[in-house]
Amino acid sequence: MPSTSYLVAVLAIVFTITVALRAVPFAVLGRLRGSAIVRRLAVWMPVGILAILAVTALHGTITTDPHGTWYALLAVAVTIGVHLAFGRRTILSVGVGTAVYVVLLNTLST
Amino acid sequence: MTQGVRDSFSAGLGIFPLGIALGLLIVQAGLPWWLAPALSLAAFAGSLELLLVGMMATVTPLAAVALTVLVVNFRHVFYAFSFPLHLVKHPLGKAYAVYAMIDEAYAVNASLPEHERSAARLLAMQIACEIYWVGGGMAGVALGAALPAPVKGLEFALCALFTVLTLDAFRSRAELPSLLLAGVSVTVALVLTPGAAMFTALLLFVGLLLLRHTVTARRTAQEAADA
Repeated sequence: MPSTSYLVAVLAIVFTITVALRAVPFAVLGRLRGSAIVRRLAVWMPVGILAILAVTALHGTITTDPHGTWYALLAVAVTIGVHLAFGRRTILSVGVGTAVYVVLLNTLST
Repeated sequence: MTQGVRDSFSAGLGIFPLGIALGLLIVQAGLPWWLAPALSLAAFAGSLELLLVGMMATVTPLAAVALTVLVVNFRHVFYAFSFPLHLVKHPLGKAYAVYAMIDEAYAVNASLPEHERSAARLLAMQIACEIYWVGGGMAGVALGAALPAPVKGLEFALCALFTVLTLDAFRSRAELPSLLLAGVSVTVALVLTPGAAMFTALLLFVGLLLLRHTVTARRTAQEAADA
């Protein structure tokens, strides 16, 4: 178990960087707003970053429970299916997808 | 203000259950319960916190933690371009609005027509979101302590959330190249550095986007010269 001082150090780092990332752009906005590179990156970045996070999170899940690889892939398919079929309701899609994975993993692979 | 609280309900539907997942994860990772509210107040960034639980449980070096926070939350830099901070006049209110500029708050606000926005409505929505988030974390901790055996696989919620957010972010053809570049980045990263795949992939992706920008800029200049 990590020490309390380690946990507090993590909290301090997390707080400083998160707030800085949210605050600094407002301070330098005047200079950045018009630049072509910033406008392009603002459009291009989000979808790619989210896709990378989705894939690495899936990789993490599979690494933790390698025997559940097929359950994880099935659950991703269910998540996407529910999301597209039931009007993009995030909580429903995430809930159903996660339930599928958790139930399969805990009941079928003992 | 009532309007702001009403605005927060749709976001709350996502935030509260995710908070429960966070609380459960913290308890099951063997971390102390107070980390749930402390982490939620320090970061106030759902996906990042779920990632950090795993990193803290394995005592990941602080430099790697800092780098992860920087890269994962870098997207917030771009929110500043359309977030109506100018509505909030009080310095304390301004500071809070910036601190609490989470994905959901940005998204909910972006969907409002300009003339309906106000400082009170914005701040009420953000405060409500933070209450859902911290409250969900506490509920998750309580639930985790009450469960007889650990439930495996809850961290899948994170993968499901990112998958859904990717689907929502992907709306136009202009973003297809970005998705492909991200695919290349993450594949290369998983092959070369499976232990630090996310970090390598994000760096590669930003590098490829800068390259794409250079190519696009050159082509635009070429077309201008030809015309």
